[in-house]
Amino acid sequence: MKITHHWLEEFSPNVGASAELAAQLTVAGLEVESLAPAAPPFTGVVVGEVLACARHPNAERLSVCEVTTDGADRLQIVCGAPNVRAGLKVAVAKVGARLPGEVAIKRAKLRGVESQGMLCSARELGIGSEHDGILELPPEFEIGRDVRAALDLDDTVIEVNATPNRGDCMSVFGIARDHAATRRRRLHYAAKPVPPEHAHAIPVELAAPEACPVFVGRLIQGIRVDARTPLWLRERLRRVGINPISPIVDVTNYVMLDSGQPMHAYDAARLAAPITVRFASAGEPLELLNEATLALTDDCLVIADRNGPIGLAGIMGGRGSAIADGTTDVFLEAAHFTPQSIAGRARRLGLLTDAAQRFERGVDPELPRRAIERATALLLEICGGRPGPLTEARAAGATAPARVRLRRRRLERLLGTSIPDEEVRELLAAIGDRVEAIGEGWEIGVPSHRFDIAIEADLIEEVARLRGFDRIPEHPAVAPQLAGDASEQRVSAERALGVLIDRGYHEAITYSFVDPTIQRALFPARAALALANPISAELAEMRVSLWPGLLQAGRENARRQQPRIRLVETGRKFLLDAGALQEVETLGGLASGTRWPEQWGIAREPVDFYDVKADVDAVFALTGDVRAIRYEPAELDCLHPGRTARLWRGDRPVGWLGELHPRLVKQFGWVSAPWLFEIETELGLTSNISKYNAISIYPRLRRDLAIVVDESVSAAQLRDAVAASAAGLLADFVVFDVYRGPGIDSGRKSVALGLILQDSSRTLTDVDADAVVTAVVARLRDVFSATIRDQ
Amino acid sequence: MAETESLAALVARALADVAASTNLAALEEVRVHLLGKKGQLTERLKSLGALPASERPLAGQRINEAKSEIVAALEQRRAALDAAALDAALAAGRIDVSLPGRGQTPGTMHPVTRTRLRIERIFGQAGFDVAAGPEVEDDFHNFEALNIPRNHPARAMHDTFYFPDGRLLRTHTSPVQIRALSVRPPPLALIAPGRVYRNDSDMTHTPMFHQVEGLVVGEQVSFANLKSMLHSFVERFFERPLGMRLRPSYFPFTEPSAEVDIECVFCRGGGCRVCKQTGWLEILGCGMVHPNVLGAVGIDAERWQGYAFGMGIERLAMLRYGVDDLRLFFENDLQFLKQFP
Repeated sequence: MKITHHWLEEFSPNVGASAELAAQLTVAGLEVESLAPAAPPFTGVVVGEVLACARHPNAERLSVCEVTTDGADRLQIVCGAPNVRAGLKVAVAKVGARLPGEVAIKRAKLRGVESQGMLCSARELGIGSEHDGILELPPEFEIGRDVRAALDLDDTVIEVNATPNRGDCMSVFGIARDHAATRRRRLHYAAKPVPPEHAHAIPVELAAPEACPVFVGRLIQGIRVDARTPLWLRERLRRVGINPISPIVDVTNYVMLDSGQPMHAYDAARLAAPITVRFASAGEPLELLNEATLALTDDCLVIADRNGPIGLAGIMGGRGSAIADGTTDVFLEAAHFTPQSIAGRARRLGLLTDAAQRFERGVDPELPRRAIERATALLLEICGGRPGPLTEARAAGATAPARVRLRRRRLERLLGTSIPDEEVRELLAAIGDRVEAIGEGWEIGVPSHRFDIAIEADLIEEVARLRGFDRIPEHPAVAPQLAGDASEQRVSAERALGVLIDRGYHEAITYSFVDPTIQRALFPARAALALANPISAELAEMRVSLWPGLLQAGRENARRQQPRIRLVETGRKFLLDAGALQEVETLGGLASGTRWPEQWGIAREPVDFYDVKADVDAVFALTGDVRAIRYEPAELDCLHPGRTARLWRGDRPVGWLGELHPRLVKQFGWVSAPWLFEIETELGLTSNISKYNAISIYPRLRRDLAIVVDESVSAAQLRDAVAASAAGLLADFVVFDVYRGPGIDSGRKSVALGLILQDSSRTLTDVDADAVVTAVVARLRDVFSATIRDQ
Repeated sequence: MAETESLAALVARALADVAASTNLAALEEVRVHLLGKKGQLTERLKSLGALPASERPLAGQRINEAKSEIVAALEQRRAALDAAALDAALAAGRIDVSLPGRGQTPGTMHPVTRTRLRIERIFGQAGFDVAAGPEVEDDFHNFEALNIPRNHPARAMHDTFYFPDGRLLRTHTSPVQIRALSVRPPPLALIAPGRVYRNDSDMTHTPMFHQVEGLVVGEQVSFANLKSMLHSFVERFFERPLGMRLRPSYFPFTEPSAEVDIECVFCRGGGCRVCKQTGWLEILGCGMVHPNVLGAVGIDAERWQGYAFGMGIERLAMLRYGVDDLRLFFENDLQFLKQFP
């Protein structure tokens, strides 16, 4: 909320310079968001009086005015404002004046008539948007006075960000009071009672006393309908960002800003007494001031008259009883609505009014009486009228003020510093009522405006805050020394990520919610968790895979002419398994473009399955057992059916690797199909703790073998068959060539195998090796109809 | 006499031939011609036998002297030709060392991850464990247990994403406090980094971002400890001495609560555009764990107390790396990502 420096000084004189005040408020917890001058700089503008006013001889819309700025001078000023008239006090920019926007006032001729200055509008002085006419100054303004001083324009607007717990700081007075407390002074909001001039009152019944325990009202009759809100009050409202509306509304707004008590004014002629404060019955209609008609729910507190609801309590008044231009009799309301009775409703209804924001945070229940006295006095001053008696409806058995205890040792233990007793007592006295010393500390009565003080910790906070957080020392904690975690039972996400980064992948972070259309196209069979209130239709459901996000990020980069894209992401996918949600930690990747970065000496070839498989295997290698991972042909809706592997570890599926389905390649506008992979890290990346095997001291023998088999025979099958026939002598195995083409029948392929043989207890002979080869060849021939290629 | 002169002439011719040899093969030819089995000098030595015994020693000596002279010349020439050949080979073998290396080039780690890992390391060294919790949360853990009852005005600051069944996307990492305290008895010290979500999007807000929660509970864990830990954290993180201040603030789950400002890392507190001329940058929120929070998980708030803090990882990354638009972190533009090794 906004306040002004001079307004605050009405409660707390001489608080010092604005910047200093702002710094003090900020470190006391009332964060100052901004400081701004009440008016832009200008000079040479004084209060003048129009003595005479005549039509310009050559221009219909201009007037030639005789103006005095010291009682003796007579300035001839040409003015175009429709409201200029003799006897008016005006803001005169004399020759030599400088107005906002670098406007310099010079002697000038307007349509042949000399003008010795300018009469200013509010907009020309930078203090409003009104430009319908010149600024009309009050008649009591002293001629010759500098307008900046007369209008108190050298004031500063301070925007304060009060936290939601500090309803007591939602007013100029409240902020002054809190600031005074930091100086160990207490402020009280004073208002002189206005004696009644008639006896008419409107009876009020509190039918929901737990929600509205206090309702203060006053009937003011016979106010002047032609009254205008005085300039000073309009100026204050303007500075804090409130538009002036009418004297009555302006006064209630002003008192709310001043004291913190939201008020409402009814046109008494449109009320059917008595008034009841009650909860609405469901479906009851109410047309509000903003012309919206609500169907109320039964948790809405309303002010009602005999004919039904006339206002949404503490949030907004109704249209039927609103102040209008001809209103002469006003019924003023200043009530206390508990936070519980307001909280949530305003937001739900989209009516976060100034009143609602205050009531949901908590308004002092002792404030209504004083606020209404202050409003009455102001209203009478502006519009006249005869006040009736102040009537107060108060629920019986209002709760006694809470008392809260603060223990000396607790204070010291929580803050980690000790504060002298006398200082604590002074600080408590600055905020609490009836501070008493008790054996182990102090006890205070919680003042009615402090909704945020209920327990000891709250008082500790107050002591620390008012005294200054900067006065609490920094002490390193003395913590027990316990050994930390260094598990190697699973591969850390950073390590897995690091391997892929080292292999050229860039880590991306994409949103956890994705475009349902894209997700549906990729995973028609997976159920996804949809948001009830997504931020946009494109970010509307939780991802069931990292691919929707990666594909989008990859596509964007392709659009930006990136020829080679490697992206990796770690994060959760959100799977619904028979309605139950699982958040699955996942490592996902996308590879598109060339196999290698473009460079000399390496041909440009597109990345293929085996490139990406090597990347994936590099991650699995961290587990110490890459051989435990099986790649099995599989199908997934979004992948090319012949170029997809499901990754298994034992009997558990741990991931996928494949090429984006050609249909989707086209749909998403890729030039060439990207490869995608995904590893569920929880299952896939548990780690084997390495177990040392004795190193054989005997030499290795190698035998190479080129065989021809059907295309359907997989490398994994060959490997298993070789291992099974090698009688435990197979130390290593490589596939060093795969060939198709001339010399090989179609439908078959030649595979070159390298068998590295070693025994742990003796040197192998050629005879041993030949025996292994014979056994291997026999098995391959039997099982796979393999033929041996001529060597 | 004619014999002697003839030897001198032979030597002179031999030396000229050696000098005229421009490669090792020619030089070898010269050597064979002179010193080979049938070389001229070899023949002379063989012919010594024909001389009278009295002349032999002198003649032999002369021939040997001539031979030595020629051998020396041959060796010298050979060395010179060797050196020249090596020079030529070296010159021919010169490569362009400025050509790029061959093979894969490494990728990059996302600056948010990089920042998170640094935060984890700094707190890890101070004895904090890393904890995690679900991103799809329930109202109890995200709000109720954190002392934010329904209709509490603080909920308004959260712009929560909901699911139709009432569950929600966590709006902060604070629910991990509740989950950790529910299963681990104090004393404990942990941080919980992770994704959080708020229904808000503009220049300075993205609907998803990252936070790190911190929680320390013990019997004597004080506000003074909190200040000390956070100050040493920011100085480690930014790797320089930095002014820090705590401003009283409000979070329902801590009391007292504070916002932490550090001296602006761009202007060193002098005032600049980034710190809006204040000299301070707000970087995190913190406070002493509210007794209601301890109570919500059944911990005796009379015996145990502690502090908690929460910081935005993107905020720290922006300050550290000078990133001026939050949204860049989630656009995954390779031109952006490649700037962070």
